[in-house]
Amino acid sequence: MTPAIASIGLTPYLIVSAVLLVLGVFGIFLNRKNIIILLMSMELILLSANLNLVAFSSALGDLSGQVMVLFVLTIAAAEAAIGLAIVTVYFRNRGSIQVEDVTMMKG
Amino acid sequence: MAQLVFYVFATVLVFSAIMVITARNPVHSVLFLILAFFNASGLFLIAGAEFLAMLLVIVYVGAVAVLFLFVVMMLDIDFSRLREGFQKYAPLGACVGGVLLAELVLAFSNWQMAPAAVRTPLAIDPSLTNTAALGTVIYTHYILLFQACGLVLLVAMIGAIVLTLRDQPMGRRQVVSRQHARKVGDTLELVTVSLGENVAEHGGFLRPKGSYYEIAVPGSFGVPEPEAQENEEKGA
Repeated sequence: MTPAIASIGLTPYLIVSAVLLVLGVFGIFLNRKNIIILLMSMELILLSANLNLVAFSSALGDLSGQVMVLFVLTIAAAEAAIGLAIVTVYFRNRGSIQVEDVTMMKG
Repeated sequence: MAQLVFYVFATVLVFSAIMVITARNPVHSVLFLILAFFNASGLFLIAGAEFLAMLLVIVYVGAVAVLFLFVVMMLDIDFSRLREGFQKYAPLGACVGGVLLAELVLAFSNWQMAPAAVRTPLAIDPSLTNTAALGTVIYTHYILLFQACGLVLLVAMIGAIVLTLRDQPMGRRQVVSRQHARKVGDTLELVTVSLGENVAEHGGFLRPKGSYYEIAVPGSFGVPEPEAQENEEKGA
């Protein structure tokens, strides 16, 4: 373990990250109608993954975990940008962002 | 001391995550998301990942959260309607969340590091700072993934622009070939005016013969789109 994380240990990090993941999943169920908060819940889930990667990277003394965090961060930013662009276009066309109304692909 | 700081950051992080998913006003949700990111970057700092902590503040707080804030404020949404079914879905979500948490606790309590995993191929060099070490690794071992990241961001940028761009007929664009084919004589006329003569005797100030509208792209400013009109007629 690197000295930074040695006084705390890996387990508290994993617990915080697990709680964050559960909160993200719970948020997806709780706010099923509000797509913006759905996207925010996804950001929370990705953040918990990042926390796990950083904790393991620090505990193992291996830098690859932090590089992976960098990539996850990139994907999260791209996903947020595209998701919000789709929300904006959808709102412009329909005047609402009700998740229930998105049934055009139902056939 | 580090433990105390860790628990303060962790508590605020979990609290703000709860507020993100339960706040009535989405603007408050976004603000709590920003708080959550700040605290997560504090946890990163404690774990010794300084560069990523700063990156989290810059990328998430500076870009992503502000993007969310813009969208929430820009769209005029009736948020009270969006909260319908909040209570209806809560038990199901609590069930799924509880099961997930129980499974994670079970997994963590019966888990130990594999000995093979401890042999680290990219050990942290203590003589380098975190940023320098990360840079060394990114530009050597992970160069292809790094390039792929740039590509992902490029695609995201182009995608967002393509999705949200509205092609309004506001620009004054010309058909380049038509503009090149024009001669000087088509538009301008050189008049020899002798000394002491007035412009009024030549019919006032002369205007260019042709105008922008001769070479404008159909559909751009001031020029109707011929195909669109035909389509409208067909539709009517």
